[in-house]
Amino acid sequence: MERVVRHFQEELESLQGRLLEMGGLAEERVRAAVQSLVGRDIAAIDRVLHGDEPINELHVEIDNRCFKLLALHQPMATDLRAIVAAVKINTDLERVGDLAVNIAEAARRYATHPPVKKLIDIPQMGDIAQTMLRDALDSFVRRDTVLAHQVLNEDDRLDGLKTQIFRELLSYMLHDPSTVEPALDLILISRHLERIGDHATNIAEDVIFMVSALDVRHHAPNPPV
Amino acid sequence: MPRPIVRAAQHPAPAADGRLKIDVEHLFFYYSEKRALEDISIKMQPNVVTAFIGPSGCGKSTFLRTLNRMNDIIPGARVEGRVCVDGEDIYGPKVDVVAMRRKIGMVFQKSNPFPKSIFENVAYGLRINKMTSSRSELSGRVEESLKHAALWEEVKDRLHESALALSGGQQQRLCIARALAVKPDILLMDEPASALDPIATQRIEELIYHLKTDYTIVIVTHNMQQAARVSDYTAFFWLGRLVEYERTDKMFTAPSEKLTEDYLTGRFG
Repeated sequence: MERVVRHFQEELESLQGRLLEMGGLAEERVRAAVQSLVGRDIAAIDRVLHGDEPINELHVEIDNRCFKLLALHQPMATDLRAIVAAVKINTDLERVGDLAVNIAEAARRYATHPPVKKLIDIPQMGDIAQTMLRDALDSFVRRDTVLAHQVLNEDDRLDGLKTQIFRELLSYMLHDPSTVEPALDLILISRHLERIGDHATNIAEDVIFMVSALDVRHHAPNPPV
Repeated sequence: MPRPIVRAAQHPAPAADGRLKIDVEHLFFYYSEKRALEDISIKMQPNVVTAFIGPSGCGKSTFLRTLNRMNDIIPGARVEGRVCVDGEDIYGPKVDVVAMRRKIGMVFQKSNPFPKSIFENVAYGLRINKMTSSRSELSGRVEESLKHAALWEEVKDRLHESALALSGGQQQRLCIARALAVKPDILLMDEPASALDPIATQRIEELIYHLKTDYTIVIVTHNMQQAARVSDYTAFFWLGRLVEYERTDKMFTAPSEKLTEDYLTGRFG
């Protein structure tokens, strides 16, 4: 009995390791996408555009691992919640990878126009989104619901910045119609970054469910305890 | 292993109309000096399936057998506390134990058909209790019981062949038919599928699901997946105590007690 349990725990830890690896890749791609936008670096943009494969491979691998663990070990209680959380986190991280590609696509178009303005808020949104992702994954590894709640609260900052960017760019577009195309791409990018924050929030919610069996989705985020 | 500090198990709310089928209060059970069950209180609603789980020797089978006084015949066995069925204490002084067991049927781990024909196995209880007045009524009740136990289609053309020629799974369903023939309210099942292959097990589990429309069912199983599949409520026993009693879906996804969590995730037991 002991040996079977140890084997299952090993598999669970290895699954967790792969998920973290995928989280690291997703976070790096968000960073690279935003940096290539700011630097107007076409080569870097293209690397983001064509570098989705490792995440996609991990996405499939992690799903298969979860399937196998569910079928072969029929886990219950915390173990069951951990695997269900892994399945959902896996989907969120894959979407983050896709959003990094979406940012790179917009960045490529943006780079063909003269800059609308100096980019300040978008890199800040990128930093916040990356921190949220990192904290959500840390809270997963450490089973830390306090940190997970912090991630939930961070989401409001991203939403605020997105609204602010929209208002600011709207005034640019009204003032000078030649900025409409590049400004729309920046608005899209802010929207993608805000979506990345939403995925980090999903991950944090899954962590809270995994650790304490509390479902906090679709409610106002609880303050950290 | 040190004795756990067990908080009183939470009890689910009674049925909407407040009826309880089984109401056990502060039950202690002893095999001579050895205390096998300690302060068990549990309330069960009618027409639900309750599963008892726990490691070997935790008292789950002993507790099941206190629910129709099957432990009475064990020398030195002693019960304290109350076991009320439909509001009446089955350990009360005026209880007719035979009549009580007719109301509370039991199916055992190992199928134990009599060395008689399939028909006679089911008819047996009806005959000795003089529960039918004519041959056709007897045949009708046998057929009805076999249909309830999902065995009729397989045996209707060979009712007068020996029951011992049936497969293990069929024998177990025959024993269920035999228990159902005398029209009990409650069915106690002690590991009813532990000796069966997966197909026969699935048939028994399907049967349990359908039987709960008419019966209150209590099942002891050491197969946790089986408890998860068939029961509405689950009670987890450990070292003779009731640790947690919960809705099955809650118990297997988010148990309240650490002991339950450790047992379900295989960290002990």
